[in-house]
Amino acid sequence: MKPASFEYVIAESWDAAAALLAEHGDDAVVLAGGQSLVPVMNFRLAQPAVLVDLNHIPDSAYLRIEGDCLRIGALTRHARFEAPGIDGPLGRLLPRIARNIAHLPIRMRGTFGGSLAHADPASEWCNLARAFDAVMIAQSASGERRIPAADYFQSALTTDLADGEVLHEIKIPTLGPDWRCGFVEFNRRAGDFAIVQSVAAIELREGQITAARIGIGGATEIPQRSDAAEAVLVGGPPTPERFAEAAAAAAGSVEDLLTDHQADADMRRDLVRVMVQRALEDAVASGEGQA
Amino acid sequence: MATTRIQLNVNGTEHAVEVEPRHSLVDTLREACGLTGSHIGCEHGVCGACTILVDDEPVRGCLMFSVQADGKQIRTVEGLANNGAFNALQQAFHEQHALQCGFCTPGMLMLATWIVERDTPVSDDQLRDLIASNLCRCTGYRNIIRAIRAVLDQSGNAEAGP
Repeated sequence: MKPASFEYVIAESWDAAAALLAEHGDDAVVLAGGQSLVPVMNFRLAQPAVLVDLNHIPDSAYLRIEGDCLRIGALTRHARFEAPGIDGPLGRLLPRIARNIAHLPIRMRGTFGGSLAHADPASEWCNLARAFDAVMIAQSASGERRIPAADYFQSALTTDLADGEVLHEIKIPTLGPDWRCGFVEFNRRAGDFAIVQSVAAIELREGQITAARIGIGGATEIPQRSDAAEAVLVGGPPTPERFAEAAAAAAGSVEDLLTDHQADADMRRDLVRVMVQRALEDAVASGEGQA
Repeated sequence: MATTRIQLNVNGTEHAVEVEPRHSLVDTLREACGLTGSHIGCEHGVCGACTILVDDEPVRGCLMFSVQADGKQIRTVEGLANNGAFNALQQAFHEQHALQCGFCTPGMLMLATWIVERDTPVSDDQLRDLIASNLCRCTGYRNIIRAIRAVLDQSGNAEAGP
């Protein structure tokens, strides 16, 4: 289980990384935290001729609020999100999600941008990015391109990033004070990939749900935002009955569920129902004492 | 195949070694530096047997290429004992029977070194969660937890966290 030979190049800037990718095309792969890429290279499922190390690029790991957006530097390690120091519902949600990612030594190496670029179906950050309509900012030798989450995820491990492009920043819209957010995932052992996970955000005004975002990860090749569940939620009070109806709508409408050694499609569909319901309950619970 | 010369400081000793970019850090420690204490288990980041400290942070030695560690401070299990005498953590593993076959022990000890050295109180739940990072197939973890807890209690980092 040793990787194939490659040439190792350190990129000192995003421009340099983009230039290297322009020069080497699909022979080159970028290295961030390496916690997903290096296993894939060790299995020789990836055999890049050139490995472009991004870890020396200055000012590439940051969390910054700018207007109504959270800007995340691609090299920001997962562990950084465990105490983000960001106010508001999104800031409070991030550590709750981060703690579900693998184990702490992995979280200290793995990066937010790497997770988005790798696009594992079970990625917590990909689920968040899709549900909250993040924008991925890719850099290439010809400039920057902004990719909305709805267009970004193509299939398992495949994104809209083109040869020559490197993901260098992710923007997530922040949420106003009336939002409540929850996150849950199901796996068999702590630290494992989620079999199914859900992120739920609801906006509560005068006891009524006025807006909702329901994200489902792990169930399908790419993360899903459940229009069906959101339609059930909006316009009524946050009751257990409404949550159950929304969860059933989410489970009933999700298509092309994955089947693997851990869970078949039927089990995943039922897990979607249970995870969405629990994420909604978690969202309400998270708001207690905050408002 | 083209090689690069890198400089590693391992347990306080400088090692200038020739490596291929594809060589993992744990392979380089074992093959080029002659330090075979760090074990190689799964080679894809799951088992934690190769856990070492790079600039005092726990790292899967199989998921970092040695060229990435050029100029860095590495700590391995060989650096724990003082002149052949167990340090507190090794002594606690010995007394609490925190190993049987011993394959996971070098990684467990280095992860535990980081846990006891960081200035953060650790509850029993947090300790279990942290140690879940590394696989042990013999002990059922109870004695490993007990050994680390004993050292944490000595060093005053025993208070329950949030």
